[in-house]
Amino acid sequence: MTATLKGYALRLLPQIIALAAILLMVSFVFPGFFRLEIQNGRLYGSLIDILNRGAPVVLLAIGMTVVIATKGIDLSVGAVMAICGAVAASSITSGHSLAMTLVITLGTGILCGLWNGVLVAILDIQPIIATLVLMVAGRGIAQLVTEGAILTFNDQGLIFLGSGSFAWLPLPVIIWLVFGILVALIVRKTALGMLIEAIGINRQASTLSGVLTPVLLIAAYMLSGLCAAIAGIIAAADIKGADANNAGLWLELDAILAVVIGGTSLLGGRFSIAASVLGAIIIQSINTGILLSGFPPEFNLIIKAAIIVFILVLQSPPVRNAFTFLALLRASRKPTERQAR
Amino acid sequence: MKPKYLPLTATIVIFVLSYALCAAQYPNILSTRVIGNLLTDNAFLGIAAVGMTFVILSGGIDLSIGSVIAFTGVFLAVVLENTGIHPLAAFAMVLLIATLFGALMGAIIHYLEMPAFIVTLAGMFLARGMAFVLSIDSIAIKHPFYGTMKGLYYKLPGGGRITLIGGLMLLVFAIGIVIAHRTRFGTDVYALGGGSATAKLMGVPVGRTTIMIYALSGLLAGLSGIVFSLYTSAGYSLAAVGVELDAITAVVIGGTLLTGGSGFVAGTFIGILIQGLIQTYITFDGSLSSWWTKILIGLLLFVFILMQKGIVYVSRSERRHA
Repeated sequence: MTATLKGYALRLLPQIIALAAILLMVSFVFPGFFRLEIQNGRLYGSLIDILNRGAPVVLLAIGMTVVIATKGIDLSVGAVMAICGAVAASSITSGHSLAMTLVITLGTGILCGLWNGVLVAILDIQPIIATLVLMVAGRGIAQLVTEGAILTFNDQGLIFLGSGSFAWLPLPVIIWLVFGILVALIVRKTALGMLIEAIGINRQASTLSGVLTPVLLIAAYMLSGLCAAIAGIIAAADIKGADANNAGLWLELDAILAVVIGGTSLLGGRFSIAASVLGAIIIQSINTGILLSGFPPEFNLIIKAAIIVFILVLQSPPVRNAFTFLALLRASRKPTERQAR
Repeated sequence: MKPKYLPLTATIVIFVLSYALCAAQYPNILSTRVIGNLLTDNAFLGIAAVGMTFVILSGGIDLSIGSVIAFTGVFLAVVLENTGIHPLAAFAMVLLIATLFGALMGAIIHYLEMPAFIVTLAGMFLARGMAFVLSIDSIAIKHPFYGTMKGLYYKLPGGGRITLIGGLMLLVFAIGIVIAHRTRFGTDVYALGGGSATAKLMGVPVGRTTIMIYALSGLLAGLSGIVFSLYTSAGYSLAAVGVELDAITAVVIGGTLLTGGSGFVAGTFIGILIQGLIQTYITFDGSLSSWWTKILIGLLLFVFILMQKGIVYVSRSERRHA
């Protein structure tokens, strides 16, 4: 047990160090950064704000991790967020109950995932292109649902999902915590995670060795759709309306970035949901940190680009080969040192 | 007919049919004015799409195009406002920057063996970030030379005009077609798209070709940015968001195989025209909302991907029987 815990800690160490470094840097320029206070039965503070604002990207990153582990990618999540936000808003304004609205919205998200999954798994289309179709058409569909306007609603139950609180924490934080732990447990306590990694490493070989590749692939995209639906509900509930043009705009890129920062290889076959969640929190900390420290927000994108390039260099096969070479060199030296003693 | 001509033929048939349908409803759509505007309005997209065609032919993808266009526009606006540099000199500077930027991305893709998707994603962030740093405001370009260039056009019979930027797009397409089919570089691009290992064995300089492909895409994105700044007479760092998607869509609708190795630059031209036609039809109709453009283009994209799959499947089973 302690050995596996140690393994987890080692796996997450780079992300934790990066997050700690960023938080420390921000706290130097913005002194009150770590302060937390309880008001009206809820924690307030910059740290809580980061967890709360990061909710959509965290949720998207959870689904994206599983999709990327299968050597795929899901570009449509931002558009699916917009569709689901629009569906939720139009369902609640047309008089459906909250439970019914949630069922319809989550169902829509899963359906979008099913569409992507069928294109990838059955029709055998490259994931980038297959999900591009929904990315291009999705915002149009969302506009169709909201009939071009920003659809506002006033249902307290739905708004509570975006801005309510429970056990001193904002509800979005609870939602992604519970959902993330649930997905991680399902994937890691069963063989599913290993099978997903097998598909990512070699789809043909895993099909030949009896893995139900199409079913698992479709399930991965459906999970991503479900995550996008939850993120869409939170985003819509947060602004009390569905904005088909701007909801989830470019969040697919942030989600992919979160997964990359989490150390999940874009070439498939190796993933950690916890690390991706940390990656998403790192991105949000940078966003919030730049805002708080009074840097012009224009630098946000450049910093993101620099981070991607840095991680890419670390992940790239030539650099990794160099590291392996160095490690081997050190290992081969050890015996000679002992002999010298 | 050879299977490689099938997607292109299908694209042309769809374009002619939809144009005929539009013309049956609104005969004015046939006028040279509409055709001239179709070219002018889509000039920047068309030029960028030529670069994208080469990238996709080689089996890669370039997501940085839209950001490079925005950066070019802001750079030109800032330079022309604050210094006395002539626009032509500024054009040369910005084209050089865009080309080097593309070449750098190509070098990273080749030497670090990373997926083009994520490298150009970083490029997309970087270029837009640089545009933000230069200026977050929309800056108008009032240089008299811009007015002169906008006044240049070739008058068609019937009152239509082929503007400077519309003509430039046609020229870029013509050069693109020559490069793709009549030069060593073009053949190398096709070979690379067929498989990088095979290309290497055939003696294609993979590294140099990859860098040149992305440099070309950067150069054309820069040129597209110049055209865009002429078209809008302004530089704005939030402009041209998502142009890369429109360009990819035009390439795919134009019949280029997304896995690389097969396709035509001329097809991309038809792809651009189809997108423009949908937009024009919606403007003519007046009652349809603009979001139908997105849905229709998404649908077309889907149909073309399916058709490509079918063609690949058929040609494979033919080879098996032969």
